[in-house]
Amino acid sequence: MAETKELVVKQKEPLIRFGKEEKKLLYDPIDSNNPITVQVLGICSALAVTTLVDKAVVMAIAVIFVITFSNLTVSLMRQYIPKQVRMIVQLVVIATLVTVVELVLKAVNYPIYKELSVFIGLIITNCIIMGRLEAFASGNPPYRSILDGLGNGVGYGVILIMIAVIREFFGKGTLYNYPILGAGSEYLINTADSALLGWYANNNLMVLFPSAMFVIGVIIWAHRAWNKTLVDIS
Amino acid sequence: VHSNSSVIRFVFTLTAIVAVLLAYLSTGLKDIHQRNESVYNKRAILSAVSNDLPKSLKDMTDDDVQNIFDTRITQKVFNMSGEMLTDEQVEAAGYKGGKAENVDLGRERRKPESERMIPMFVFQREDGSNYYIVTVRGNGLWDEIWGNVALDSDFNTIAGVAFDHKAETPGLGAEIKDNKNFPASFIGKKLFNEQGDFVSVGVVKGGARNLTHDVDGISGATITADGVQEMMYRGIKYYKPVFENLKNN
Repeated sequence: MAETKELVVKQKEPLIRFGKEEKKLLYDPIDSNNPITVQVLGICSALAVTTLVDKAVVMAIAVIFVITFSNLTVSLMRQYIPKQVRMIVQLVVIATLVTVVELVLKAVNYPIYKELSVFIGLIITNCIIMGRLEAFASGNPPYRSILDGLGNGVGYGVILIMIAVIREFFGKGTLYNYPILGAGSEYLINTADSALLGWYANNNLMVLFPSAMFVIGVIIWAHRAWNKTLVDIS
Repeated sequence: VHSNSSVIRFVFTLTAIVAVLLAYLSTGLKDIHQRNESVYNKRAILSAVSNDLPKSLKDMTDDDVQNIFDTRITQKVFNMSGEMLTDEQVEAAGYKGGKAENVDLGRERRKPESERMIPMFVFQREDGSNYYIVTVRGNGLWDEIWGNVALDSDFNTIAGVAFDHKAETPGLGAEIKDNKNFPASFIGKKLFNEQGDFVSVGVVKGGARNLTHDVDGISGATITADGVQEMMYRGIKYYKPVFENLKNN
């Protein structure tokens, strides 16, 4: 009897479990609770680093790393962090991880490090990360905090890369620095030669910051048209 | 509720752990950082002569860049009256190995004009003739801009330029680096007029008229373009005594 009882308990709460709630933790921030398109957080970096896809990809990876590991760290320490200084402790954790990202990126890909310049450091001020630490990781166990961090990081990264794809393609005619559409022999489709596309010119507005706002707006609209639960009925 | 002493203990422990971790990582990666930075600077210098390289800079590995720099570039440092400085003199100013590649123009700009050091890179072309690469630095709209200018051996015709910037606006001022047509438009321009006076290259809003000395400006980036013009004028003028000394030898 005693043995079977123990078995039941074990089956009920294994250490790592991916059930309905965990799925919700991971997928919600990617879709119906997306930090950029639904909560409208982290807009500053979404404006600044989305002119080129490679910059956006590096930024997305950096944020996913920082948010996942800061969630994990704060969650592990949650019982020991004195309430009076919890915000400062959260900041120290984020700042440390951001510095790690900066040092590693400087060693791995120096040109991208130079391109992103201050924006890697500014991950510290990304309100998505601080928000997750305060709202989730400081009150939840490590495994679930990791899922929450991953979900939010990916939700942020996906939108960032979507904006960058649109801006880079229409602004420069390239994707991931590979020339696709524009006037010149280096492009895959040379509009100067083509009778059909002779009128086409890359739109410099897409490279400028305001276009990121327009693109985010359009993405928010499209997201709501696709996911009806987000539409405010009142 | 935590007592004050336990809060202080917690904060001190956390800070100590973080400090040790970051210090360890930073010292561990220092060599790689320095090598990356040095290759990055060498790429910037070589991009002024990109038309004369065996393959495009993008396709070159770090070793290729290092190799070309070692075999085809001679580094020299001059003072403001055009005299060549020895490695020891340059090293005494705080530049590692006394090499021109380590001379920091940003730091030199803060010295009085007469005490500055100016680096020069002599690039040997396939046919044996030389390009002389000089380095210029100035102010854009938001922060510093800088560039490398390759000159023909007449010290008058521009063979190629490459600009870079710290914080110009993408799509506007940043076009001095991103738009390949802008640096390309400097090729063939003359620094001296027919009377032999130094006039440098003008970056003209609304389109260049004097095609020997001017290039087109960039729409929406007037201040950056003015910065480039000013930087080219002042920066290359520093090298005038050097050009004269080299010509006389």
